[in-house]
Amino acid sequence: MNDGDDPRPGPAPPRAPLRFEGRRGAAGPSPVRMRLPGSGRPRGRALAGVAARTWRERAIGAALFVAGATSIVTTIGIVAVLVYESVGFFRRVSMVEFLTGTQWTPLFVPQHFGVVPLLVGSILVAAIAAAIAIPLGLGGAIYLSEYAPRRARKILKPVLEVLAGIPSVVYGYFALTFVTPILRTFIPGLGFFNALSAGIVVGVMVLPLIASLSEDAMAAVPRSLRQAAYALGATKFEVATRVVTPAALSGIVASFILAISRAIGETMAVVLAAGMTPQLTLDPRESIQTMTAYIVQVSLGDTPFGSIEYQSIFAVGLALFVVTLVMNIFGRWFLKRYREVYA
Amino acid sequence: MSARPEPVAGRRLLEAPPELVRRRRKGKLFEWLCLAATVTGVLFLGVLVVDVLWDGLAWLTPTFFTEFPSRLPARAGIKSALFGTVWLMGLVAVISFPLGVAAAVWLEEYAGRNWVQTVIQTNIANLAGVPSIIYGILGLAVFVRWFYWLTGGRSLISGALTISLLILPVLIISAQEAIRAVPSSIREASYGLGATRWQTVRHHVLPYAFPGILTGTILALSRAIGETAPLIMIGALTFIAFVPDGPRDAFTVLSIQIFNWASRPQEEFRHLAAAAIIVLLAMLLSMNALAIWLRNRYQREW
Repeated sequence: MNDGDDPRPGPAPPRAPLRFEGRRGAAGPSPVRMRLPGSGRPRGRALAGVAARTWRERAIGAALFVAGATSIVTTIGIVAVLVYESVGFFRRVSMVEFLTGTQWTPLFVPQHFGVVPLLVGSILVAAIAAAIAIPLGLGGAIYLSEYAPRRARKILKPVLEVLAGIPSVVYGYFALTFVTPILRTFIPGLGFFNALSAGIVVGVMVLPLIASLSEDAMAAVPRSLRQAAYALGATKFEVATRVVTPAALSGIVASFILAISRAIGETMAVVLAAGMTPQLTLDPRESIQTMTAYIVQVSLGDTPFGSIEYQSIFAVGLALFVVTLVMNIFGRWFLKRYREVYA
Repeated sequence: MSARPEPVAGRRLLEAPPELVRRRRKGKLFEWLCLAATVTGVLFLGVLVVDVLWDGLAWLTPTFFTEFPSRLPARAGIKSALFGTVWLMGLVAVISFPLGVAAAVWLEEYAGRNWVQTVIQTNIANLAGVPSIIYGILGLAVFVRWFYWLTGGRSLISGALTISLLILPVLIISAQEAIRAVPSSIREASYGLGATRWQTVRHHVLPYAFPGILTGTILALSRAIGETAPLIMIGALTFIAFVPDGPRDAFTVLSIQIFNWASRPQEEFRHLAAAAIIVLLAMLLSMNALAIWLRNRYQREW
């Protein structure tokens, strides 16, 4: 009854001993040796076959391991590339200027490399996205998990998944040609490029992530908790908001963190809709530049390898990598917490 | 419906106390709000699709598919982008599918529950959350610069390797789920007949998991088809008026063509972008439909 809501198969623990059997029992030579005592020739041949088979098994196991280790190589590659080129960058620009400078003008003279405007730009877009995605995503999750009839759920969930699958560049086009013109009719002073419409479409992009992760967390709340609340006379609203939501809170918080992290890493929608103006502002009507948009801007131009502009994308990339990695680790830690409680 | 007043006096059973009526009304309002939140996302999708169709449908002429990009909007087409996209997806599939399945098999069937497995598993989960543009930076430094002599620099193969690394974590995780869904009794039966580990995997686990793995791969590829930022990073945003001949050729893809046209101020290029988006979404939706069809056709309950 307790985990009746979650039909997905977890990692099956009873397999562990079997796995051991497979390795030692099936591939090892012992059964053959027992079957053929005495008779010389067949025994030798069988053993040779077993040896070849064992060797082949080991080789295949090693090859599969190499495939698995590719992911480690990728991570090492990312970190090594980012750090190596950033070191070159920080030889020319002090780390203090990079982290605290409020001017980012790498493409003009005099050059300034203060990452704060880019960071604030990313945070501004992520904050607008969160303001859109958190209420809508959480509302959607509560509806899907607590209210929706089975048939509505079957239709709504895939549609939300499609929303998550639409390419970022398409959202960028939509923000530029549809959202901005409409917003401009009733928001005075809204620029052609602005953080607001970029944030709105990024919010819609990450909405499905919040809805589906939060819904998973709510579905994992044992039915007995809901039944206990109903037995005390709670209405459906009270069960949803005061029992299920708090019980699923760590999963819900995880979905928020992961969604904001994705919003910070979002690129094409922001490049198209928010423009390329690295300025330190919190005004969503203005054009800004995010960390991701700067990286794209540099690679759009003909920047020679080894120049300071070329190296700067690695420094910005490193900052972006660290920010998103920390958020993802936190988010996954929260996810693990609720999975441990109700698994 | 769930909470009823205690039947103190017979008549009260029929009419709920005002307090409860208020609570229920609040609940109903909340339900409507939650429904509205869900529908907002769906509506947004609908408006987006209608807007793109409205802008681009008229520009979706036969010459749009057979012409190369051009300065003149009326004569511009997506031939090179279309070929580039198909080339890129083909290479990505060839690179990432075997690698992803092998990694998933190792994680599920070979690795014990030890620290190596934990490290790799955690690492894959973290890689899945790395922004795609970071993969672009990796591709730029490693495939375009260091392996210039091998990849030819800003070439199809550099792009395909970059995108493969990008989708591998997603592909591995979905392949693992498919493998995990094969019941252990199948493995036990195979081991019981004296099969080795690889024989068990090759002849029993993989065939049963295959539809699930294929579905996951197609979904991962449908994600990759719209990727733009990493390909801009490795320098695929150039004027390409030819069809690539091999993996070492320069290329462009649909998503980059869309970005290129959308970022121009002229109205006509916006329409071209919308027309290209229609083509891209059509490819994406047919891949998704194929994946869903495969899942429904071959999914089995154990």
